[in-house]
Amino acid sequence: MAGKLHFSLVSPERELFSGQVDQVDAPGAEGDFGVLADHAPFMTTLKEGRVTVYNGGVTTIFAIEGGFADVTPDGLTILAEKAQEVTA
Amino acid sequence: MASVKEMRDRIKSVESTQKITKAMQMVAAAKLRRAQSSAQNARPYAQRMAAVIANLAAGVSGDGAPKLLVGTGRNQKHLIVVATSDRGLAGGFNTAILRAARERIRSLLAEGKDVKIIALGKKARDLLRRQYGDRFVAAHEAGVPSLATAQPVADKINELFEAGEIDVVTLVYSQFKSVVTQTPTVRQLIPAQIEEGAATIDLKGAAYEYEPDEEQILETLLPQNLTIQVMSAMLENQAGFYAAQMAAMDNATRNAGDMIAALNLLKNRTRQAQITKELIEIISGAEAL
Repeated sequence: MAGKLHFSLVSPERELFSGQVDQVDAPGAEGDFGVLADHAPFMTTLKEGRVTVYNGGVTTIFAIEGGFADVTPDGLTILAEKAQEVTA
Repeated sequence: MASVKEMRDRIKSVESTQKITKAMQMVAAAKLRRAQSSAQNARPYAQRMAAVIANLAAGVSGDGAPKLLVGTGRNQKHLIVVATSDRGLAGGFNTAILRAARERIRSLLAEGKDVKIIALGKKARDLLRRQYGDRFVAAHEAGVPSLATAQPVADKINELFEAGEIDVVTLVYSQFKSVVTQTPTVRQLIPAQIEEGAATIDLKGAAYEYEPDEEQILETLLPQNLTIQVMSAMLENQAGFYAAQMAAMDNATRNAGDMIAALNLLKNRTRQAQITKELIEIISGAEAL
């Protein structure tokens, strides 16, 4: 497996997450998708749902409402209208 | 010369004014810290948004491009959104914003453009109403900056734009540079201005994939960007306002202190003069016996 993916999750109020992770699953408007390192450039709108961040056996879950995901060679950025960490 | 009692009352009144300005200064300082951090926390989102839009804008061009991005192609009907604070007692803070806004309005009118105004904040509403009241299309209070307070403003802009009543939208607010510097800023919202440096993410030869297609993404993203821009202007304003108020109140407190010192000196001199006068009267009275 390739290196790690840089992931950041920002909402209008603040930056909720920023760092290197293994994988991120997000609820795309046309279906859920997962992003690993070196993903092809890709952009989609998001629907309400959960963003799951996997990093070295630790998973973090955020609830988001609307927004965009932007995958570039630099990593994945999610701009969520509303976002909150879900404490499992 | 005023009597000692009058002076004592005067000092007391200045002292209570000083207590108020001191309290306001401390409240502003506390609020500034909160406002500053929320302004800073909102920046990454606005920056990323600008980068994403710049990226998309590079891809779409020509007739298919959304109007919010490229404008109507005309430059006749202008909308100016003037964002100030709701309250005063902050030195030249609002004056500076309003001066920039007036300048802009005047030069547009001189060019024969149609100008409409949205006042955002009680000060903008009250101070521009007399001069440009007939150009108001909406007036909002600034309140607490959040998506919820920025939304109605962005909605109104969208509505006017969709109806073809405006071609160009400009936002006037105060950019929070630091606690001592706030710069009145005029920023164009429509047509969207792509900030240099924000753009060009290197795709390393790969092509972007869009889900759904580019235009649909832009169509949802651009109105949202409007809201974000308005909100970040309000956040910048809020932080700048408390910084300006803190400085103004610090000055006022210091002035009051100087005034109290001067009055105290005067009071003591007057008191001494009076005592001396009474002593002279007693002594000369005794000598006359």
